[in-house]
Amino acid sequence: MASGEEDGTVEEKETNNKKRTKGAIATAWLTFYNIAMTAGWLVLAVAMVRYYLQKGTHKGLYRNIARTLKFFQTFALLEVGHCAIGIVRTSVIVTGVQVCSRIFMVWFVTNSIRQNEESVILFVVVWTITEITRYSFYTFNLLNHLPYFIKWARYNMFIVMYPLGVIGELLTIHASLPYVRRSGMYSLRLPNKYNVSFDYYYFLIIVMLSYIPLFPQLYFHMLRQRRRVLHGEIVVEKDE
Amino acid sequence: MDTLALEATQPKKAQNGALVLLPGPPIPAKRKPAKKTKKAVVFFEVEILDAKTKDKLCFLDKVEPNATIGEIKSMFHKSHPQWYPARQSIRLDPKGKSLKDEDVLQHLPVGTTATFYFRDLGAQISWVTVFLTEYAGPLLIYLMFYFRVPFIYVPKYDFTTSKHWVVHLACMCHSFHYVKRLLETLFVHRFSHGTMPLRNIFKNCTYYWGFAAWMAYYINHPLYTPPTYGEQQIRLALTVFLFCQIGNFSIHIALRNLRPPGSKTRKIPYPTKNPFTWIFLLVSCPNYTYELGSWLGFTLMTQCLPVAAFTLVGFIQMTVWAKGKHRSYLKEFRDYPTLRSPILPFIL
Repeated sequence: MASGEEDGTVEEKETNNKKRTKGAIATAWLTFYNIAMTAGWLVLAVAMVRYYLQKGTHKGLYRNIARTLKFFQTFALLEVGHCAIGIVRTSVIVTGVQVCSRIFMVWFVTNSIRQNEESVILFVVVWTITEITRYSFYTFNLLNHLPYFIKWARYNMFIVMYPLGVIGELLTIHASLPYVRRSGMYSLRLPNKYNVSFDYYYFLIIVMLSYIPLFPQLYFHMLRQRRRVLHGEIVVEKDE
Repeated sequence: MDTLALEATQPKKAQNGALVLLPGPPIPAKRKPAKKTKKAVVFFEVEILDAKTKDKLCFLDKVEPNATIGEIKSMFHKSHPQWYPARQSIRLDPKGKSLKDEDVLQHLPVGTTATFYFRDLGAQISWVTVFLTEYAGPLLIYLMFYFRVPFIYVPKYDFTTSKHWVVHLACMCHSFHYVKRLLETLFVHRFSHGTMPLRNIFKNCTYYWGFAAWMAYYINHPLYTPPTYGEQQIRLALTVFLFCQIGNFSIHIALRNLRPPGSKTRKIPYPTKNPFTWIFLLVSCPNYTYELGSWLGFTLMTQCLPVAAFTLVGFIQMTVWAKGKHRSYLKEFRDYPTLRSPILPFIL
C-alpha cells in the first residue's frame, strides 16, 4: 500500500518535472525567437536608413531590402504555431489573419507593382517600427525586465501605426490592379479539366473589401488589450 | 389516487435537505379500501430566477406535483409572453444542464418550494423549417443555372441547354438528392429537438445555397469539360451515387423505426433485414458514410473542383457530428458494440 502511494507521488513529481522542463524549453525557444526577430527587423531598419542616406531617394529601396523582408516576415508563420501548441496565449485565428495578410502582401502583391510606389515604402516603414517594438516587448517580457517605455510604445504606437499601415497596404493592392488585369497573373480560366476558374483581379478586390470588417475587429482588439494593460496599471499606482 | 397521496406526502420529509429521488412508478400493492376523505395533494410552489442575475422572474403557486417542466414552461410563458417555451432553458443549477420537458416536478430533487434557474436561449426556429429552407434553396438554385437563366452566363447562352449528356444526368442526380432530403424531412425524420437558434438558419442557408450556386455555375457552364475517362467514369460514378442514396435512405428508415411516433427515446441501432443497414456492424453513423459516398460519386461524375471542395467540407462536418454521436452512444449504453467506428469503418 505504502509503496503504491509512493509510486503515485513519484509519478506526480515526474509529470510536474516534465511540465516544468517543457515550460523552460518553451520559454528558452520563445526568448531566442523574439531576440532573433527583433534583430532581423532592426537589420531591415538599418538597411533602409542607410540606403536612403546614401542614395537620397526611396527609389529602388524596396528591391534592395525585398529578400530580407520576405525572409523575416515569412518566419512569423512560426507564431501561428506557437499559439496552436499553446506556448503563447493568443487566439490562433487573430494571429493567423495578421500573419497571412503580411505574407500575402510580401509574396503576392508587391511583385506585381511598380515597386517605387510610395505606398510600399509607407507600409514597410510602419511594419518595421511596429515589429521592432513588438518583438522587443516580447523579449523583455520573457526576460522579466520590461522597461516602461517599451510597454508604452507597444500599446500606444499602434493607434497611429495600424491605420497608416492599412492605408499603405490598400494603396499598394489598388496600384497592382491594372497590371494584374493586363497580365492575367495567378488566374485560371475556363475551359479546363477541373471545371473551376479563379480570377486574381476580382480576388484582390474582395481582399480589399475584406479590410472593412476585419480591420476594425483587430484594431478594437488592440484597444481593449491596451485598456486592460495600461488601465490596470494606473489603478495599482493610485493605491500605492 | 391513494398512491398519489402517498407520493405527495413524501416530499415533506425531504424538506430538511435530503435528496429524495422517488423510484419510478409507484407499485400498486394491496389497495386499501378507498379513503373517501379528501386526498391530501400537496401542491408545489415554483419560483423561477434568472440564471445570471438571480432576479426573481416568476412565482407560481399551487403547482400540481405531477406537473412536467413543459407545463411549467407554459405557465412561465404566460407571465413573460416574449419567452415562448421553446426558448426557455430551465435548470436546477445556474450553470447546470437544462431540464427536459418530460421531467416531472415531484421526481426532481427539490422541496415543495422548487427553485429553478432560467436562461434565454434566444429566438428559436423549428428544425423542420430550417431543413426545408436550406434544402429547397439548392434545388431551385441549381435548376436556375441548369436552365441558364439570364444574367448568369454570356447572353448568347441564355435558356440554352448543355450539349453534354452528363450535365443533364448531374442535374437529375442533384435534384433527386435534394427532393429526397425534403421528403425525408417531411415524412421520415423524427427530431429529438423541436427548435434551434434562429441565427442557424442564416449560417446553414449561406453554406448550402452558396455551395450549390458555386457548383452549379461550373457544371452548367457553356465551357464545361466532361470527365476525362468519359462514359466509364460517369457510369461508375452513377452506380456509386445511386447505391449510396439507397443506403442513406435505408438508414433513415431504420433510425425512424427505432423510435415510436411522438417519443424521444434513444436506442442502439442494429442491422435489419435490409442489406444496406448491415453497415451498422461497422459504423455508428452510416447515414453520414453513405452521404459522403453519394457526394464522392457526384464529384467523380462531374469532375468539378468546387464539388470536391463541397464534399470535403461536408465530410469534415459530418465527421465531427459522427464522433459526437459515437461518444454519446458509448456514454449512454454500456453494451455498445466495440467494433463500430464513428463514420469510416476501422478508420475514423
